[in-house]
Amino acid sequence: MSLKRAAAITGLAELKPLKEPGELTALKLIATVAAQAIEDAGLEKRDLDGLLVGVPFSDPGMLYPAVAAEALGMRPRMLNIVDLGGASAAGMVWRAAAAIEAGMCRAVLCVMADLNRLGEQRPPLVSLHREFELPYGNFGANCGYALIARRHMFEYGTTPAQMAEVAVAQRKNALRNPLALFNDRPLTIEEVLASRLIVDPLHLYEIVSPCSGGAAVVVAAPEIARRGPHPPVWLLGAGEYCDHSTITYAPSLTSSSVKAAAEAAFKMAGAAPRDIDLVCPYDCYTITVIVTLEDAGFCAKGRGGPFVMEHDLSYEGDLPCNTHGGQLSFGQAGLAGGMSHVTEAARQLSGRADARQVKNARLAYVNGNGGIMSEQVSLVLERER
Amino acid sequence: MSAYFKPLPNPSLTSRPFWEAAKRHELKLQRCAECGKFVYYPRDRCPDCFSDRLEWRPVSGRATVYSYTVVYRAATRLFADAPYILAVVELEEGPRLTTNLVASPEAMRVGMPVTVFFDDVTPECTLVKFKPA
Ligand SMILES: [Zn+2]
Repeated sequence: MSLKRAAAITGLAELKPLKEPGELTALKLIATVAAQAIEDAGLEKRDLDGLLVGVPFSDPGMLYPAVAAEALGMRPRMLNIVDLGGASAAGMVWRAAAAIEAGMCRAVLCVMADLNRLGEQRPPLVSLHREFELPYGNFGANCGYALIARRHMFEYGTTPAQMAEVAVAQRKNALRNPLALFNDRPLTIEEVLASRLIVDPLHLYEIVSPCSGGAAVVVAAPEIARRGPHPPVWLLGAGEYCDHSTITYAPSLTSSSVKAAAEAAFKMAGAAPRDIDLVCPYDCYTITVIVTLEDAGFCAKGRGGPFVMEHDLSYEGDLPCNTHGGQLSFGQAGLAGGMSHVTEAARQLSGRADARQVKNARLAYVNGNGGIMSEQVSLVLERER
Repeated sequence: MSAYFKPLPNPSLTSRPFWEAAKRHELKLQRCAECGKFVYYPRDRCPDCFSDRLEWRPVSGRATVYSYTVVYRAATRLFADAPYILAVVELEEGPRLTTNLVASPEAMRVGMPVTVFFDDVTPECTLVKFKPA
């Protein structure tokens, strides 16, 4: 069975990221962005019979899908959380398509939102991380990506300037995105390298900025998609892979399971990296983009550093990359940060990217990445022909 | 000795021999009796061949730095005494460990040889750390 054109993204919405959430709640943001996405798809809430939701870090709790469904007044025939960290959004898209293909439902709301603050309940760490990582100060994502960057520099000669270029190129895109958190001025490589060293070799401007916000897409069956107000964005291929949780115990720090996920997605799509017009790789850090472009096959392994210098990653370049600015410039509202790559690809392929529209974009590659290069989900999306 | 506020391991039935050995200043790892591979962190079954015949064996404590980072600003206030060096070291016997390296940041190199030492952070708990060989 294949999911090729089994379903399409027919509606999308995202909230402008906020640094200070005030009195907002994650559920309020979920409701707001859900309503916008459903309207964007030209549907009524009662038309949505599937719900995939991310559990907010600011309000974690059990049985969350039913909580969200009840709060939204939905009565889904299929509901679940997707708990793949930054890969959750991309993971939702193919799971929604699979449920539609299986006949379980016809239109799925995929939604996530979060606040830039912890609530009364903290998301618990699993006991293994408490026992073997936390005592040594291996906490959060910064350390893991710094370990990857250092090893990548050692194995392939990747330079700090090459990593910085990712943030610089994506900032150029953010200048055309009114929703981006950082869209007021361009960045230079020198500025990135002069920003504070947080976890050697990664500087402040190479690390996502947490914020509050939310994003949602509607994934619908073909017959619904063709009646929508916007050109449908078809799921052409999907692949998923995971080979570790903690990066220390991964087979490699520098070669990731993006390779397996991307190969599966391209195989299902019947496409190859050379066919892609637009890439939206997860970018929690600059090094993440370099490793992802290598492992997805856009350049040879280890050539990611020179590759980002040799190519124009802007919306008007030869390989437009994260045309919304990436999370590095757009902001990361918890799991919704991962959704921003899906919404941007869908926006571009439905011809709605305004001042940053990539001309004649037909195929997009999206990658979602959870944890420290742990969960990987690759998607190939296609413009309505 | 001043009070120690950082997180400490809470050993499980599976991992207790590792931490008990560390307290005696010995580095012991599980070794799979089926396929011969050494295992870290302690598991209930061999992650390679899935055998449950895992036996505790002393290891050399010799390792090389696989990667490292100097953490200038930690993501938790529990490590407000940053900078510290977080490292992944690869033991001579194969497995990699998350650990701290106690060395000058300027002297750090990927691939450099290091050796284990035991940091008795509390009377009950000893952490396994490394220093330049
Ligand atoms: Zn074995």
